[in-house]
Amino acid sequence: MDLKLSTERGGIQSPSPVGVPNQSSKVTRLRSKLGAYGFMAPAVVLIVLFFFIPVIILFILSLSDLKSANFGTLQWWLPSNWSLVNYTKIFADRFFSKFLGNTLFYVLTTLALFNFGTALAIALLTTHINRRAGFVFRLMWLLPRLTPSVIYILMWRRIASRVPHGIINQFLGPLGITSGEDLVTALPWLFVIVVNGLIGASFGLVIFSSAIEAIPRDFLRASKVDGGSTLQTIRFIILPMIRWPILFVLTFQTLSLLTSFEQILLLTDGGPGLFRTEVWALRAYHLALSTESGNTQWGYGAAWAVILVIIGIGAAVIYMRVFKFDELVQEPKIDLI
Amino acid sequence: MKVKLENLSKRWGKVVGVEGINLDINDGEFVVFLGPSGCGKTTTLLMVAGIYKPSGGIIRFDGRVVNEVGPKDRNIGMVFQSYALYPHMTVMQNISYPLRLMKTPKSEMIERSQRVADMMGIGELMDRRPAFLSGGQQQRVALGRALVKEPELLLFDEPLSNLDARLRLSMRSEIKRLQIDLGITSIYVTHDQVEAMTMADRIAVMKDGQLHAYDTPTEVYDRPRTLFIARFVGNPPMNITEVDVSQTNGAYHASSEGLELVIPADRGEKAAAKGSVMMGIRPEDIMIDSEGIPGEVFGVEPLGRDHLIDVKIGDIHYYLLVDPSLNLKSGDRVKLGFNTKKCQFFDKKTERSLLWN
Ligand SMILES: Nc1ncnc2c1ncn2[C@@H]1O[C@H](COP(=O)(O)OP(=O)(O)OP(=O)(O)O)[C@@H](O)[C@H]1O
Ligand SMILES: [Mg+2]
Repeated sequence: MDLKLSTERGGIQSPSPVGVPNQSSKVTRLRSKLGAYGFMAPAVVLIVLFFFIPVIILFILSLSDLKSANFGTLQWWLPSNWSLVNYTKIFADRFFSKFLGNTLFYVLTTLALFNFGTALAIALLTTHINRRAGFVFRLMWLLPRLTPSVIYILMWRRIASRVPHGIINQFLGPLGITSGEDLVTALPWLFVIVVNGLIGASFGLVIFSSAIEAIPRDFLRASKVDGGSTLQTIRFIILPMIRWPILFVLTFQTLSLLTSFEQILLLTDGGPGLFRTEVWALRAYHLALSTESGNTQWGYGAAWAVILVIIGIGAAVIYMRVFKFDELVQEPKIDLI
Repeated sequence: MKVKLENLSKRWGKVVGVEGINLDINDGEFVVFLGPSGCGKTTTLLMVAGIYKPSGGIIRFDGRVVNEVGPKDRNIGMVFQSYALYPHMTVMQNISYPLRLMKTPKSEMIERSQRVADMMGIGELMDRRPAFLSGGQQQRVALGRALVKEPELLLFDEPLSNLDARLRLSMRSEIKRLQIDLGITSIYVTHDQVEAMTMADRIAVMKDGQLHAYDTPTEVYDRPRTLFIARFVGNPPMNITEVDVSQTNGAYHASSEGLELVIPADRGEKAAAKGSVMMGIRPEDIMIDSEGIPGEVFGVEPLGRDHLIDVKIGDIHYYLLVDPSLNLKSGDRVKLGFNTKKCQFFDKKTERSLLWN
């Protein structure tokens, strides 16, 4: 009993070629393939133009020593001016481990607690209650993302500021829980993570809840009748069924947390003190684009950014391994004949 | 396990799913819910399963009220129309899932699942994913999963409707045989009246959220309590016409345009009280008869063993089954005899039977 032919439900069965295809069918097949790639061409051009080429330029920059002091005189595009000095300088940096540790701590904690954890928890919660209430509740979580960063951060500064103005201090001060000082300075990481997490959670929330709602009701009913508690149903049925959206959210949010820095910039600017909350992307920004130090080091900053790109690609590959990406990728729904 | 539904209702706001269902199911009985699409069969089944909470009424298992008991604590097995096989699990994992949830030791879990799979004839497919099984095989896996924890009540929601006609026939007898062997109380939902007739100990006929009849298949067939049941049960369906029933010279007559039948006194008496009534007569109770009432063949449908012919008497069409060797064609003139001992009579307004209420 071999039933290889029956493809999965809902899929379109691919017609198996009978006999040897003749010359003309080969030509049409080639033509239809070319047609399909033709449709993809604009997207490919855009990616090459706006991603691959800038990354290559960034990489070349990172090999040069371009900075504001030698701008206009250094011919950074000539291979004779290239070296790996910037990279050895990064690893020799006195604060290298500080930046690396900050970045890992920031990305992993925010991802686990908010962008993944809270998103999944709220998605499960809002898909198990009344539909309309769930929808309204999810909508509220979108507000932080819809608010312009500057306003959003100003709001938080106001919430956390010192005694006469700070909202938290007004409530918790009299209870003796806070002592009236500026809370962002007192607990910088807490605020960096919460402020970013509240924005980040909505992404996973939207993806997870639509994925959960797309699970046919019968699976959940079957699991309950089979004897599953709500937690068992979540663990054995819902989570495996939304494996692909989970992978997508984890990958996407890791990368976006690795590379986003504007909230931290606005909230703490990497402080308080020396590099307390300075993460990798913010370091690259400070070196390459900020003029505060008076000496903008494009080459050196580019090297920091290149390492960030490499870490990002590495993270994506690891996630795909963990989630057995090739098992998730299915045959194309429409076969080209 | 005995199941009892008392005045069971389900509403969503103004939408009525079912209303006032009263039903008694004996231990080991096979009950079929039969009715057209949207009549509330699934809704009732899901309330028995504990997935829907009743809006009113009581569900009892062996006398115990289970309204507030969750599905996982009702010890039921259910087969879905979609099969609902978990696509990320192998056949083995699907079948053993109920045992896994009960934290059954691994070796026992595998042994029991394998035993059920062997019983279902899918013992060799244990490592396959559901996507790589045929419809019939998926059906067996779903049945295996429902049976593996040895439930006290089996629920089926149109389990055969996705199979081809032949497979449906064999699965039908297989399910029935299994149920008799295991003696598990079962509720089986279908809109296929042949399935209902062949499998059920008792049939619950439903329409528009209400229970129309609850009886053995022969009772439902021979003594339809409403016009709806008369029309719905039986294939080809019963002929229904409007007639006047009256008594002359001690005999009862049913008459309409071109039709004049003498009917037995026991039936005629009840119908005559109303005068103008709906008369029902099954195709098998009409035959070609040289002494009969003349009519004209209007259409012929070959069904294989029989031909279904449509004969016009006056302006009214009657359907009956005839021997194909008669070679009847449209336009032929025939004479029909009616087995009036089997006539049914219904009130025109209430559509209730005048004979069986
Ligand atoms: N979750 C729901 N919300 C609102 N109305 C519902 C819901 N489920 C069912 N209904 C309504 O209740 C009625 C009965 O539905 P049900 O699914 O029980 O029919 P059914 O007899 O199983 O039909 P079918 O043979 O098509 O499966 C229908 O009118 C349906 O629209
Ligand atoms: Mg249904």
